[in-house]
Amino acid sequence: MQVNWFTVIAQILNFLVLVWLLKRFLYKPILKAIDKRENLIAAQIKDAEVKNTHAKNEQAKFIKKNEIFDKEKKELMAKAIAETDEERQLLLETVRNEVRELRAKLESSLKETQENMKHDLAQKTQEQVFSIARKTLSDLASINLEEQIVNNFIKRLKELTKEENQRFLEAFKTSSIGILVQSSNDLSDKIQTDLKYVVNELLDDETLFRFKTAPKIISGVELISNGYKLAWSISEYLNSLQKGIPIAIIKDLEAKTEEK
Amino acid sequence: MKLSPDETIFWQYGIFTINLTIVTTWAIMLLLVIAAQLITRNLKTDIRISHWQCVLEMIVTTINDQIEEIGLKNPKNYTGFIGTLFLFIIASNVLIVLPWYEPPTGSLSTTTALAVSVFLAVPFFGIGKKGLKGYLKTYIKPTYIMLPFNLISEATRTLALAVRLFGNMMSGGLIVAILLSITPFIFPVVMKALGLLTGMVQAYIFSILATVYIAAAVHDSKALNKKQL
Repeated sequence: MQVNWFTVIAQILNFLVLVWLLKRFLYKPILKAIDKRENLIAAQIKDAEVKNTHAKNEQAKFIKKNEIFDKEKKELMAKAIAETDEERQLLLETVRNEVRELRAKLESSLKETQENMKHDLAQKTQEQVFSIARKTLSDLASINLEEQIVNNFIKRLKELTKEENQRFLEAFKTSSIGILVQSSNDLSDKIQTDLKYVVNELLDDETLFRFKTAPKIISGVELISNGYKLAWSISEYLNSLQKGIPIAIIKDLEAKTEEK
Repeated sequence: MKLSPDETIFWQYGIFTINLTIVTTWAIMLLLVIAAQLITRNLKTDIRISHWQCVLEMIVTTINDQIEEIGLKNPKNYTGFIGTLFLFIIASNVLIVLPWYEPPTGSLSTTTALAVSVFLAVPFFGIGKKGLKGYLKTYIKPTYIMLPFNLISEATRTLALAVRLFGNMMSGGLIVAILLSITPFIFPVVMKALGLLTGMVQAYIFSILATVYIAAAVHDSKALNKKQL
């Protein structure tokens, strides 16, 4: 365990060389790199801080702008809603007016249509009913029925009031051409005689009678002279009924429409 | 039994000898320089760096931090000396895991050389910092009476440094050699592991003490007093 002084000196030199080499190849490059990186990081941190400050300012501005924008938005929305409401009310009013007009037109048109329909219906019903009645009575008409009708006519002549009797006399007494008797069928001699007798009695005179068949008279008899006519027939009844029925039907339809 | 690698001589001419200590030292120097060159070849200054660069930076910054903690204000000025001291000793001691390797720190000549380097570095840095006059004044502080004690302190601490490192490393190698002859299995491995730990601790102690001595030499007494107050 001795100290070799040559080795000591050699090792000192070795150590000093190693110090120089490591300084050259290790510490300097490493420390330089560390410094550079630290500077880079410091610069980045500084940059980040600047950006952060800028971002915070921007954020504050943005928030403020947002608040202003929200306020404006609310105001605009309120205004728009008010305007829309107003516009809607206006449009609704216009629509209501149009609806009212249309309804009036529709009601008028409906009423007109109803009138037309009622009229057509009444007309057709009337025509049908009377057509059926006429057909039935024509089919039923016979000598016996004519006789009954004439008898009935004679009976009514006998039951004339005083005033009616006077008017009858005024109409038929001054006749020079006689009286024309029209019936739907040929009358029997007895009926002709009975009719002549009753009329002569009423006129208190002998009048000339002419008997004629007229198929258009439905089960009836007519006395015609000097432009006067005294008649009784089912056709007259039917004509009277025909005039009365349309009015009744229209009244009925109107009542139903009002109910609806 | 050889106690020191100095005794293994490869070449000799008069007083000039090339022994195992010097050869091993050269090998370690070469290894350290090549490793440093390889790693620092592609240094990046970007935020993302390689793993090797990261490890190397950690070592260098740790050395710097340690120097700063001890009280040296500008650690970059001392990193070259103290860092090299630490790296050389630690490399010498850690390589004992290699077979037939004998650490140069197991030679008293090497440890003496390192201790002498520290002994010389103390006035070098002290004068560099305070000037010759300022440095010499530190020997007569706090009074002139302290001058001999300070001088003795300088000499003994250098001796202590050399002997401590040599004793620890030599004893480790010696114990392994003895155990190998007695129990060739297991125990030598355990002792090697222990030797690794001892070697690292010794590298740390040597470097720290060197830093403390340099720090004591360059330290401003007024600033130190203020700090102590």
